[in-house]
Amino acid sequence: MSDSDVVRLEHIWVSYNSTPALEDINLHVKEHDFLGIIGPNGGGKSTLLKVILGLVQPDKGMVTVLGNPPARSRYKVGYVPQTSRFSVDFPVSVWDVVMMGRYGKTGLLKKYGKPDREAARKALERVGMLDHASAQIGALSGGQQQRAFIARALVGEPRLLLLDEPMASVDSAMQTGFYELLANLKKEMAIIMVSHDIGAVSVFVDKIACLNVQLYYHGSKEITPEILEATYKCPVQLIAHGEIPHRVLKEH
Amino acid sequence: MLEAFQFEFMRNALLAGLLASIACGIVGVYVVVKKIVSMSGSIAHASFGGIGLGYLLKFSPVLGAMLFALLSALTMGLVTRKTKLPEDTATGILWALGMALGVIFIGLSAGYAPDLMSYLFGNILTVPASDLYLMMALDIVILGIVVAFYKEFLLLSFDEEFGTAVGMPVNGLYLLLLCMVALTVVVLIRVVGMILVIAMLTFPAALARQFTHDMKKMMLLAVVFGMIFTMGGLWLSYALNLASGATIILLSGLVLMLSYILSAVFKKVKPERA
Repeated sequence: MSDSDVVRLEHIWVSYNSTPALEDINLHVKEHDFLGIIGPNGGGKSTLLKVILGLVQPDKGMVTVLGNPPARSRYKVGYVPQTSRFSVDFPVSVWDVVMMGRYGKTGLLKKYGKPDREAARKALERVGMLDHASAQIGALSGGQQQRAFIARALVGEPRLLLLDEPMASVDSAMQTGFYELLANLKKEMAIIMVSHDIGAVSVFVDKIACLNVQLYYHGSKEITPEILEATYKCPVQLIAHGEIPHRVLKEH
Repeated sequence: MLEAFQFEFMRNALLAGLLASIACGIVGVYVVVKKIVSMSGSIAHASFGGIGLGYLLKFSPVLGAMLFALLSALTMGLVTRKTKLPEDTATGILWALGMALGVIFIGLSAGYAPDLMSYLFGNILTVPASDLYLMMALDIVILGIVVAFYKEFLLLSFDEEFGTAVGMPVNGLYLLLLCMVALTVVVLIRVVGMILVIAMLTFPAALARQFTHDMKKMMLLAVVFGMIFTMGGLWLSYALNLASGATIILLSGLVLMLSYILSAVFKKVKPERA
């Protein structure tokens, strides 16, 4: 093992009511890694992130996050969930939502202080949402909400950022800015981003893994059609999208 | 109306209404935004077991109600968090069990159960001074908890999963929230009765939600609405010689419905917000 391992998963097994969700997952993520995980819906991508967060207990295997069990490293991990299921008229402002990300640095019964507010201001500025700080969260567009949730993940100054399908609600006009943000962030922290959108993931990440209950990880950015077909359990054609900057992977 | 306040019972009634509004306005906001309305209804009804136990063992039915409300809040919280029993099933079971126990206890207690109706449907005109002190103490406890745990309860209500992910003890806080609901039930029981408690926990907060997107303002507004409803209902029940608890609920229900209708009409006229 090395000190620079941000995440280490060793032989992780997870099942829901005896349906396997993850089988024998092994994964090492190092500092400043930007790992993209792709795979079909229901392939266990969100479950994998929840294992790293300690929200799901694996049946078997060992999880280490920043050298500790996940529950003890939570305050060093930023998490952007796939969709937030809050009601649109929930009475909370963008500012207050971002402040929630400071909980890990503040703790039970303590009030948020000046450093917390300063961090919230910086995080909102970084995602370009400072002007919307006082808006009610439900009144924002999907893409704006997503940026607010990214700010909430960043405000705790994490060493690991977990993004669950971040492209789902980011509109295409915002995509480039979003990728630039991620490119900047990876200088400061390790990032794991899961997506079912192969095109979206492959451009900016450094490493790609494919997940469909089992993990096909080759530590490089190149996905072969064989890996994709093993992941999706059917023949797959790689399609390049024209609207975003992209890189054509291996001939197939 | 003014001459009515020469009577001590009228002044007590007014004070009871004001004290009840504080608890139901603040806790009601959490009940509404956290969507635990039916769970709160269950806690309220289960408290009937405690009222019965009070009659049977000859201690204060209000204290019995507090005991049962707290016990059922803790049971409900633990069962829904630690077992696979669906939330609405647990809600239904506890609701009925508490009521059944109450009926059995009252049946076993010798003779006639005085002011049973006032516990069921409330009678703001007969609130004794001792209960006013209890209500005041519970208001202070509830206020203290909310001030201390404001940021925790906000995160708990908004996004529990994220709360867990940042290391907040969500299950413990959830139990605490349900216990606050239990205490609020006790505060309200004398005013509107345990059967109608759920309305006072919901209506003022739901109405306040129509006017603000700030949780603190929503609480403040809900308290003010609660006060208007209890005082208005009290006056109406006095003027029309109707049951006070039910009049308070009907008045607040009518206002709430009216506000929904008006806002639906208003939204049709105004362009949709982006």
